[in-house]
Amino acid sequence: MTGNKAGRLSDVLRIDRALVAAMVAHARRDHPDEACGVIAGPAGSDAPLRHIEMINAERSPTFYRFDASEQLAVWREMDDRDEEPVVIYHSHTATEAYPSRTDVKFAGEPGAHYVLVSTRAEETADVRSFRIVDGEITEEPIELTGDELAVQTYKIGHTPTSIVYDCADRH
Amino acid sequence: MAVEVRIPTILRTHTSGEKIVQGSGDTLQALFTDLDSRHNGLAGRVITAEGGLHRFVNVYVNDEDVRFTGGLGTTLKDGDSVTILPAVAGG
Repeated sequence: MTGNKAGRLSDVLRIDRALVAAMVAHARRDHPDEACGVIAGPAGSDAPLRHIEMINAERSPTFYRFDASEQLAVWREMDDRDEEPVVIYHSHTATEAYPSRTDVKFAGEPGAHYVLVSTRAEETADVRSFRIVDGEITEEPIELTGDELAVQTYKIGHTPTSIVYDCADRH
Repeated sequence: MAVEVRIPTILRTHTSGEKIVQGSGDTLQALFTDLDSRHNGLAGRVITAEGGLHRFVNVYVNDEDVRFTGGLGTTLKDGDSVTILPAVAGG
């Protein structure tokens, strides 16, 4: 039996640069509509590895919703592979990369890192990560792994010069 | 009418952490009434006070989204598999 994921939350998202770049590319492609998707990883590992772009059934610049049939298929596949949704991401196309009231209201995966990508700036996307549990938002730093020479078309959080930043004073 | 029900993480507080529970009922409505007798509060997370399905909870019988098969009136047969998934949505 799978235990309660809330018991092993880490307070940082460790993720390969290539996966962040893939989320940003997806968000750019669907702009001005919101893009959404999942990065699955082995259950219990907290390691996002397999990127799955999802259809935004709402096809809207202000709202997103996974297509219900596609979600079932993807969730079944994760189950079969003993994976879980480590990252659930979507884009904000005109506002900051911070969870909206509706994001909090519908957040139904307490074990997931909710990643927000803002594409409102044309040159550089903003990427931030949050836990959303019982209606409460907790921002967490993002630690990038993988190829450091890859071209970076986004910045993490608000500080373009540092990768891990202190978010303790942001609310 | 024995039916297997897959419970998402966020609702496992009602099932003592169990991922899959067993239930019975000729319809989805009856199934949730049965489940709620053992897993107190579960039905209320899926069914609204007005008696409909919550808009942001997906319920499937086998592979079918029950929104297209009659909602809570969807009939069940022995061996069916019911899956509950919170919709992934936001703004």
